[in-house]
Amino acid sequence: MARKGSLAARLRSEYSQLLVPLIAIVLIVVFNLIRDPGFFSISVAQNNLGNAVLQGNLISILNGASELAVLAMGMTLVTAACGGQDISVGAVAAIAGSVFVKILRAGATITPLTVALGIVSCCLVAMLFASFSGVLVAVFKIQPMIATLILYTCGRSIAYWINGGATPTVDSPIITGIGSFIPGVPVPTPILIVALMAVIFGLIFKFTNLRLYVQTVGINQGAARLNGINAVGIKLLTFVLLGACCSVAGVIGVSRLSLINHETLLLDVEMDAILAVAIGGNLLGGGKFKMVGSVLGAYAIQALTITLYAMKVPSTDIKAYKAIVIILIVAVGSPVVKEKSAQLWKKLTGKGASGRIRREAA
Amino acid sequence: MENGTVLSMRNISKYFPGVKALQNVDFNLRRGEIHALMGENGAGKSTLIKVITGVYPKDAGQIFIDGYEGEVSIRSPQEAQNHGISTVYQEITLCPNLTVAENMFIGRGEYKTVNWKEMDKKAGALLDNLGIPARPKQQLGSCSLAVQQMVAIARAVDTECKVLILDEPTSSLDDKEVAMLFKLMRDLKARGVGIIFVTHFLEQVYEVCDRITVLRNGELVGEYEIENLPQVELVAKMMGKELEGLSDLKAGERPANTGTPVYEAAGLSSSDARPFDFRIAKGEVNGFTGLLGSGRSESVRAIFGADRVTGGEVKVNGKSVKINKPFDAMKQGIGYLPEDRKRDGIIADLSVRDNIILALQVMKGFFKPLSAAEKEKFADEYIKALGIKTASADTLIKSLSGGNQQKVILARWLLTHPSYLILDEPTRGIDIGTKTEIQRLVLKLAEEGVSVTFISSEIEEMLRTCSRLIVMRDRNIVGELNGSELTQEHVMRTIAGGVE
Repeated sequence: MARKGSLAARLRSEYSQLLVPLIAIVLIVVFNLIRDPGFFSISVAQNNLGNAVLQGNLISILNGASELAVLAMGMTLVTAACGGQDISVGAVAAIAGSVFVKILRAGATITPLTVALGIVSCCLVAMLFASFSGVLVAVFKIQPMIATLILYTCGRSIAYWINGGATPTVDSPIITGIGSFIPGVPVPTPILIVALMAVIFGLIFKFTNLRLYVQTVGINQGAARLNGINAVGIKLLTFVLLGACCSVAGVIGVSRLSLINHETLLLDVEMDAILAVAIGGNLLGGGKFKMVGSVLGAYAIQALTITLYAMKVPSTDIKAYKAIVIILIVAVGSPVVKEKSAQLWKKLTGKGASGRIRREAA
Repeated sequence: MENGTVLSMRNISKYFPGVKALQNVDFNLRRGEIHALMGENGAGKSTLIKVITGVYPKDAGQIFIDGYEGEVSIRSPQEAQNHGISTVYQEITLCPNLTVAENMFIGRGEYKTVNWKEMDKKAGALLDNLGIPARPKQQLGSCSLAVQQMVAIARAVDTECKVLILDEPTSSLDDKEVAMLFKLMRDLKARGVGIIFVTHFLEQVYEVCDRITVLRNGELVGEYEIENLPQVELVAKMMGKELEGLSDLKAGERPANTGTPVYEAAGLSSSDARPFDFRIAKGEVNGFTGLLGSGRSESVRAIFGADRVTGGEVKVNGKSVKINKPFDAMKQGIGYLPEDRKRDGIIADLSVRDNIILALQVMKGFFKPLSAAEKEKFADEYIKALGIKTASADTLIKSLSGGNQQKVILARWLLTHPSYLILDEPTRGIDIGTKTEIQRLVLKLAEEGVSVTFISSEIEEMLRTCSRLIVMRDRNIVGELNGSELTQEHVMRTIAGGVE
């Protein structure tokens, strides 16, 4: 009995924060099913390369949210350790995408080797840029949003220089494979990349103390130091990992269109990434985090966008509708509402508890 | 209410989860007196002040204020202000980039529209009147700390002020500035203001105060006229004796202080500690004693590398080592339980389990996480061994009582099997039962060969557990007491510094 109780407590403390993104997703799903029972049906179709591929709104949501989901993973770590957000992720992704394209176009033809080289080098470059922000935050103790304002401002200019101001295309079946479908695989590749990133982070959490260290630094940096944790190093590390996430998002974005447009690639994605972290129930002030929550948050945002498109809302109006829904989601997750609902819950169950005590007494 | 009394508090009690912060405390302030409120850590000084100023609601008791019929209730700092109670805190809470006059008047709601000229004139008159060397149009930030402090006081007393509370106003002032501040305090006293002066500088108390109220462990020790309470007795009252039931707890046969020291430092200094020498032998329990602010905590922080180490030779087990950061100390088998549990000890939002395994985990390294089963085992083992009262190992540490939180931090360090453990105020602000348990644990550890440095504001505790006491005053070591010198009388004389 006691064990059961502690298990329930454990579940409550561990997973209660996922409630908000899950409710958001469920509401969007239910809304759509009422509106159109066939909204989430998945069909198999032939794409123009003659492959059998999956199609449907559900696939569009999962596919379209890929870059955001990957960025949200990295953003979660930075938020947790530093208690602030990186607003330069879109710009850094544009830099990474430009480097990727530059490398691909350096050789005569695009081979698997050049692609691999491109991915590795753009990842390194993105990590380098991210660690610039990281040093400002961790060593110079500048607020993350201010520190990353630098790259937010100049990142796309740097991306512009990398390819000499052009928006070159990269035409290769390998790139199409990354951006849409690998022949013979019916699931869009970006979805698989998100899954791969999730597995990688899962392994990192399993085989290192990243979670414990990041949370400890985020909750109480002074105490973390007194327990021998290198708080500066951990903060820097979270930025480097976010940099890697930026490069993955950049590669997906470039591959979708087979070109780099440094001005529009993942434009305005940073606010959505921060929002995904917030919807995921993570404290923007740092501390405990659930990466799964942020990924769910990313899907919730994308589901909302697709729903609005499906409802034929003009694209100019979409942001306004999105804002309304976001206000609702954020308000539901706010401490005030949480406290009130906890009080209500206590009132409701409190009666039950005293009833039980009475029964036991009898 | 007695005639001439401006503030009278009766039977004030205040409870926090697991702690009785104030129990039936009486406090009386007369018109035109400077009244020192004294006590060590956890004595209840700040709680009492917060009750007076309406920051905390009292759980029991009555407050009377001159000029108000019957009991008054103070539910917010604003209400306290309305009743003529003003406070100036240790950290100046004014705006350095505004002018002196602006700081004195802005935000007081007297002016719907600001008449700058009139405001400057009023400010100038008040500054002159109080003899504060500042001009109304001067930027506050360009004044010395003492003058800023005085401006804060001027702001406080300009309203109908009957009671002025000064919370550690002198801690960052030099002697000349202190003299200026004291002059202002005497002026205000002559005008009939009752001043409550909270400080840990004994000399200052004797220089400026008329009466002293001493608190200890949330209880009133007594209210004294200054001339009836010599300095040594004041120290005795503050550090006190208690816990008669603990008399069986004697350090007993303690190992002599011989052999290679486990830890040895020569001329060790840090950004916060002046150079000092120190050594501790295997299985020895020693203590740093002195009043709050004497440098006892800063010294042990230097040993652990918690502050920036600026010099000195350190040997562990006879071998020269460098300890520049906590991790270096941990690798040498040193553990450190910090003085401020809330700020430096607990990771509030993590579970009891994660808090217990933290130090061990860090020592194992980033790439070697303990398995879930190991964590479970260690946490359960220490929760049981130390009798930590928690719903489960998954409970967040912040929801535990102070004493249990402290046990979790102790468990954290015990789990690393240290050869030298530094405990800074491990018994502060926790219930008596847990205090006793912790003292017993210290002696048991010493028997097992662990060296322990134990710091406590309660001298009795130190005498019970330590076989050697290092006495500090004004950030210097002023004595080292062994064997027969370890009596309350002797320790207090050394702390008070030869003054009668």
